Parts: sequence; C-alpha cells; structure tokens
Amino acid sequence: MSQSFHRLLPEEAHSALVRIAALKSDGPTPVKMQAKGLTVSYSAKEAVKDVTIDVHENEVLALIGPSGCGKSTFLRVLNRMNDTIDGVTVKGSVTLDGQDIYAPNVDAVLVRRRVGMVFQRSNPFPKSIFENVAYGLRIAGIREGGLIAQRVERALRQAALWDEVKDRLTESGLSLSGGQQQRLCIARALAVEPEVLLMDEPASALDPIATAKVEDLVAELRSDLTIVIVTHNMQQAARVSQKTGFFYMGKLVEVGDTTTLFTRPKERATEDYITGRFG
Amino acid sequence: MTADTSAGTSAATAAWATHKRSHVGDRVLSALTVAATLIILAMLVVILGDVIIGGARVISWEFVSAAPTKGMTAGGIFPAIFGTVALTLLMTIAAVPAGVATAIYLAEYAPASSRLARAIRVCIANLAGVPSIVFGLFGLGFFISTVGKGIDDVAYGGQATYGKPSLIWAALTLAILTLPVVVVATEEAIRAVPRDVRDASLALGATKLQTVFRVVLPEALGGILTGSILAVSRGAGEVAPILFTGAAYFLPYLPTNLNDPFMSLGYHVYVLATQSPDVDRTKPLLYGTVLVLLSLTFLLNFVAVAIRARTRRRLRASL
Ligand SMILES: Nc1ncnc2c1ncn2[C@@H]1O[C@H](COP(=O)(O)OP(=O)(O)OP(=O)(O)O)[C@@H](O)[C@H]1O
Ligand SMILES: [Mg+2]
Repeated sequence: MSQSFHRLLPEEAHSALVRIAALKSDGPTPVKMQAKGLTVSYSAKEAVKDVTIDVHENEVLALIGPSGCGKSTFLRVLNRMNDTIDGVTVKGSVTLDGQDIYAPNVDAVLVRRRVGMVFQRSNPFPKSIFENVAYGLRIAGIREGGLIAQRVERALRQAALWDEVKDRLTESGLSLSGGQQQRLCIARALAVEPEVLLMDEPASALDPIATAKVEDLVAELRSDLTIVIVTHNMQQAARVSQKTGFFYMGKLVEVGDTTTLFTRPKERATEDYITGRFG
Repeated sequence: MTADTSAGTSAATAAWATHKRSHVGDRVLSALTVAATLIILAMLVVILGDVIIGGARVISWEFVSAAPTKGMTAGGIFPAIFGTVALTLLMTIAAVPAGVATAIYLAEYAPASSRLARAIRVCIANLAGVPSIVFGLFGLGFFISTVGKGIDDVAYGGQATYGKPSLIWAALTLAILTLPVVVVATEEAIRAVPRDVRDASLALGATKLQTVFRVVLPEALGGILTGSILAVSRGAGEVAPILFTGAAYFLPYLPTNLNDPFMSLGYHVYVLATQSPDVDRTKPLLYGTVLVLLSLTFLLNFVAVAIRARTRRRLRASL
C-alpha cells in the first residue's frame, strides 16, 4: 500500500502541477486523445480520410465543416459508438492517454465510460429526471442511494439545471422543454464523470437563450474535462473553443488555435468556408 | 374526364383534370371501404346479438359454478371454464417467455446477415400458415407418442402416465400455435424503440445486455403485452389443436395434475352441438357456453387494448 503510494505520488502530483500550470499560463496541456491516420468507411464509402489530430486535456476542440463532411463520424470514432453501426471499418489508431482504444483487448464499454457523448437530438430516457441522471451510475454498479443522490445533484448543478428541476425530480424527463432536455442529457453524461465529453451539435435544436446556457456550460466544464464539440455555428466555435478543426469531404483540412484559424486561416478552403463563400 | 380528349387543353388543365379524377377515385374507394366495414359490423352485431340474447337466459351462478348433469343436458359448465383457464395459463407460461426471447434475439442480437436468424424467420412464417388441426396431429405424434411415451418408458416402467392426452401436452401444442404471433408482435415492439435511446444508453457505458433490459424492454413492454395477450386470446378458443392432445368429452373431476385430461369451453361447444342425444334441451346450454367463451376472449382483448391505449398515451405525452 505505502509502496504503491510512493510510486504513484510523485508522478501524479507532477502531472497535476503541469496541468494547473498549463491552465494558468494558457500554454499547451498534455495530449488527452490522439487520432493518427484515421480512415473510417461505411461499407465501401470512406467518410473520414486519413485524419491526424491531437485533443489536448482541458481544452475545447471545435469541429466545423459543411454537412456530410464526416464530423459526426469522426466524433463517434472517439468513443467507439461506430461499433454499433453495421459495416463500419476503422483504420489507423485512436489513443486515450496514450492507449489505443481500438486494440483487441480493449472493451468498448469501458472506453465509453471514460469518453461520454451528448447527441444532436436530445434523447432522455422515458424515466424520471432523477433516474435519467442516475442511469449511468446504476449501470456502473453503484448501489448506495446516498452517493447516487449526491452525484445526481452535482451533475444537475454542473449542467445548470438543478434550480429548475430540484422540486420535480420524480417527473418524467420527457416533461421538460427542449433546452432543459438537452441539459438533462448533458447532466446524464456528466454524472458518470467522464474524462472526455463529445458533443455533436448540442445546441442545434435550441433557442438563443438555451444555446447561450449550453455555451456557458461548455466554457465552465473545461476546467474538469476535455471537450470535443461539433458545431455548424462558427460564432459558437469561436466563443467556446481553444482549438478548431475544419473538415471538408472527409479530410481534416486544417486545425489550430481558434483565434488563428478564424483570423488567419492557412488554407484557401478554410477561408472560403469561414467567410461564407461556400457550404 | 374529357380533358384528355379535347384538343385545345393546355398542359395545366390536363394536370388539374387528373387531379380531379383521383378525387373521384378517392370517393369510390372510401365508399367501398365504408360499405365493407358496415357489412362486417352488421354480421358481428347479428352474431353477438343472437349469442347474447340466447345465452343471457341460461347464464346463472349455477351455470358457471356447477358441473354438467343428466348426460350434459342440464347443469353448468364449471369444469370447462376451469380447464380453459388452466390451459390458457399454461400455454402463456410456455409461449410468451420463449417467444419474447426469440424476438429479442432476432431484433437485438442476430447480425443482419445471420443464417440462423433467416432460418428462424422462415420457420415462423411457415408455422403461422399451418392449419390448426395439423398442430393437433403434431402434438399427438410428437408430445404424446414420442416425448410422453419416452418419459413413461424411462420413469414409469412403460405404464401410460404421460404418454396419453393431457393438460400439459395440449398446452404445449397450443403454445407452438401461438408462438409465431408472439414473436412477430414482440419483435415489432422492440424495433419500434428509437435508436436514440439505445445510443444514449450505450454512450453511458452500458453493455448491450443492460441496454436491452433497462431501456429497450421497458419501453417495448406495452407492445409486447398487447401482442402476447392478443395471441393468447386467439389460442384460448382453438379446438382443433387440443382435440387429440388432452380435451375430454366429459370428466367427473377437475384436472389436478399436468398429466390429467381436462374439459374446455371450445371443445364443449363442439360436443354440445354435435354429440348431444337431445338437441332441443342442449341448445340453451350451447348458447350459454358460447357466451362465456366469447366473454373470456373479449376480456383478454379488452385488457390488451387498454394496455395499448395507455402506452400510446404515454408515448404521445413524450412528444
Ligand atoms: N450510418 C451510415 N451509413 C452509411 N453512410 C453514412 C452513415 N452515417 C453517415 N454516413 C455517410 O458518411 C458521410 C459523413 O457523415 P457524417 O454524419 O459524419 O457527416 P457530418 O459532417 O456529421 O454531417 P452533418 O453536419 O450533416 O451532421 C456522409 O456522406 C454520410 O452520408
Ligand atoms: Mg453530424
């Protein structure tokens, strides 16, 4: 016990320090996830072609690009949700903390516990608000009611939904408004304390006020986890992200600091897209 | 109508004319549909009216609680009610779990290209098309002469204990008859659960099994229950499959073991209608028996419809 403690402490403490320092100085944080030479195809059709990209810890990476360019497909590769679609093949590698998540001995279920996902269309379970958030904890085998209640409350607070629902936790999740449902889905994903959160156009069906709430949320969550967010809204990408990647026809055309990409894009295609000349 | 033939018609009016003609088609079709519906309704009303008027006169506490007497020209039908209920329960216990399990495999686990799944589907489709008397013969040949006889040979020294018509074999025969309907209804209900909620569950780190049992089945439950009950209620009134496998003409006692023969409402109707020595005196009893059988079936159907309505309401509330 004490031995492993000694072995663990210096490294853990060191990496925590590095992280904090990096957050403070806004310098580069360690790489959390990395895709290398990633090609994804549906049956014969390639939807993502030879993409290499780093996702840094405690950063928000925004993915933009015209419809059908492979953003969602790429996102689903990061937590192995593509495994659930028939006929998908993945070439190349994706690592999480340096470990290949497509290695044969890796369980996709465990990957998904560490890499959570929020979908474009809010999809609460037809269960109570409380049970929606508690679901991930229960399936992970947590049984203590006190702990579950505590984590549910924390997740709902993180998702800025607690004040609106604290008196109606036993009502159906489907009785909430669209914006509340989406925040419920975010709370549900946060309750299991993922290290990375993937968000596929989480605000596309929401009104401006609900959208603003989700954006604030993303900005706040960054201190706890790493976020990859797909968006069609370039102002949104500029507001919430530190890095932005531009996808076009399955290829990652360009990725870099958000400010740089939006002010001085390197590629002609990126410039055309962000200035609205196509797409 | 004349638009196609008149020479100077512009393309625009021609389009209008076809449009109008399709309206005429609509009206003819809906008139035909309404007529067909009315005919069916009228037949139903006549049959039901006749049964209710004829049956209500004989229905009494004694009729539903006593055994037949005087060579089945008097008394009640309690043994037949008891037998039908026991048969239906046993059949449900056998058919529904097996059918639901098969449907879960087909809908959730079988890969799209699976040979096994295709074979199961072909079997189910064919099973659904087999006349019910053939199920009766199958039950006699397989359950009684093979399985039952085998049990007797091994466990009872060849003495006919299970190798004869009895409740258990009749129930299993009926279960096979109902199975296809249960499978098809359940698979439909499972497939109707949206992909969204499955994805949500998987993305939270749930296994496939957890997703099926905690999200998919609870959502499909209404549909599964409705389909199963309708299937069971259809099976409950069948006579042909139990004719050789366990139904008895008359029994002075109630079945107490799985290997006892039993009386059933459907078979009792057949017996009263065709085997009676005194038709005038059994006719009222016949009406009463049919009314009881129909009431039991309707009760089941009513429960099924109520469950469906409740599920629908919940789904609508979710939109
Ligand atoms: N399940 C699927 N089966 C087959 N092809 C698919 C499937 N999902 C996506 N594709 C194809 O892969 C390509 C990329 O799709 P993807 O959904 O990743 O695009 P996207 O960038 O997310 O688009 P959008 O902005 O419209 O959401 C598209 O050409 C699409 O037709
Ligand atoms: Mg998409």
